[in-house]
Amino acid sequence: MTAVPLRRRSALRVPAAWRRPAALGGAVVLLAWVLVALVDPLLGLQDPLRRSIDVALQAPSAAHPFGTDELGRDVLARTLWGVRASLPLAVLLVAGSLVVGSVLGAIAGYLGGVVDEVIMRLADLVFAFPTIILAMVVAAALGPSLANAVLALLVVSWPNYARVMRALVLGARGQEYVVAGRLLGAGPFTSLRRDVLPNVSAPMLVLAMLDFGNQILLLAGLSFLGLGAVPPTPEWGSMVADGVTQFSSWWLATFPGLAIFSVVVAFNLIGDSLRDALDPRTAGAVQGSSI
Amino acid sequence: MTGLEIRGLVLELGGRRILDGVDVTVPAGQVTGLAGESGSGKTMTGLTVMGLQPAGGRVTGTVAYDDGEVQVPDLLALRPGALNRMRGRRIAMVFQDPTASLQPMLSIGTQLTDHLRHHLGLSRGAARTRAAELLERVRVPDPEAALRRYPHQFSGGQLQRIAIAVAIACEPKVLIADEPTTALDVTVQAGVLRLLRELTDDLGLAVLLVTHDLGVMSAVADTVAVMRHGAVVEHGPRYQVIREPRTDYAKELVESLPHTPPPGVGEDRS
Repeated sequence: MTAVPLRRRSALRVPAAWRRPAALGGAVVLLAWVLVALVDPLLGLQDPLRRSIDVALQAPSAAHPFGTDELGRDVLARTLWGVRASLPLAVLLVAGSLVVGSVLGAIAGYLGGVVDEVIMRLADLVFAFPTIILAMVVAAALGPSLANAVLALLVVSWPNYARVMRALVLGARGQEYVVAGRLLGAGPFTSLRRDVLPNVSAPMLVLAMLDFGNQILLLAGLSFLGLGAVPPTPEWGSMVADGVTQFSSWWLATFPGLAIFSVVVAFNLIGDSLRDALDPRTAGAVQGSSI
Repeated sequence: MTGLEIRGLVLELGGRRILDGVDVTVPAGQVTGLAGESGSGKTMTGLTVMGLQPAGGRVTGTVAYDDGEVQVPDLLALRPGALNRMRGRRIAMVFQDPTASLQPMLSIGTQLTDHLRHHLGLSRGAARTRAAELLERVRVPDPEAALRRYPHQFSGGQLQRIAIAVAIACEPKVLIADEPTTALDVTVQAGVLRLLRELTDDLGLAVLLVTHDLGVMSAVADTVAVMRHGAVVEHGPRYQVIREPRTDYAKELVESLPHTPPPGVGEDRS
């Protein structure tokens, strides 16, 4: 039932998103990172795990273009290998909290009453603790592993989405077209899916795109405490976290930081174009003149 | 009698009586006007009949529905599922501002076919064909192309025609039109009113026309009900209510009209 409108939408409109230069730029950057992740072993890089104390903390040079860290590991190799851990995890985390948060927030906003109270008090409960502390508690309770770290971050990040979604749905559900839809026989869930969600998707998309960097760094925080990625594994967040304590060695945090930045920008560019392309009011220019 | 019969409709919201015993009869094949000042409860009457009173509102009274095929002694007593099957299928509504009442993110085609497929179980293709016929019926130019377009690509008058097409798509027998012309240009108003009148006559619709504009009322309504403070103070044939209003309030309303008699007053529609 729901698959049909989805297919129709993607067949008609999403390709239009790629015709925008910004989206194309974002897509190229992302694809480049995916490619790097796939061909890492073929790049002839140094072993990202090989330590050699005699070259520890060297500034960028011909031998080590991005410098070396405190254990003498090559930062370039670690940055390029780091994409393997960071990118899929960030995507998983953002997608997971977007879905969970949006669904709960939309239900809370649309149904109101007791359901709203229960969901939003639950969200308040999460907001009441500092994010990283709560994530630590959850991760520690579940046991240290990457999967549990992801779960812990999902637990702490869905309320952000739920809160925004609820506010958007509260605004949208009073719109006349939503009432009109109900009066044509749409039940609460049809109404939510058909009339409310498409009209609130744009801000949610933007929120999700901006959340990528956040999630990478949160995951780093957990890894730093031994609750996420296990230490020698190269991972951008932990590299940045390690690097910021070594103030005189600027290259430690800068290069993985730039990597995170490039991914966040890429997702934002894609998100923006996707938003424009999904909205028929702004998609007209791409769809061709329809007047 | 076929049509809609509203008896003693009361809506209480937070201790206030928004509707205080509304009695209106909306017979099939006729336009019944519901007039009154802002805040008199006209729109609330329409929404409450459809079961969409504001959250927390308490409703009493009865709304009997009969189209010769289906009889419902009291719409207000229906369970949500049963009411949902009535909405759009048996009773439909047209709103004041078509730019607000059509979903901006869905194409006209989708908005015209979704409920057709839901209520009547039509296939995609059949619904599409029917949708094009409907657009032609309400005289939207180039229906096939219009189906692929989005609400922001139409003018207000065309949108209201489309909104009417959406409302009558499943051949409902009762149409509640809530200020359908208020947001439109005067020249466009006349067209939309003519269309409503035509549909009433051709399809045997029972139309409840909610408006504060007695000029509009006098142009199309067969009978007129005047509301004030949540109750109907006068209910009778258009001619009688406008020419010889019995209550002071109706008299005031009529006198507030511009002096040149609006088109349609006194002319007998047979």
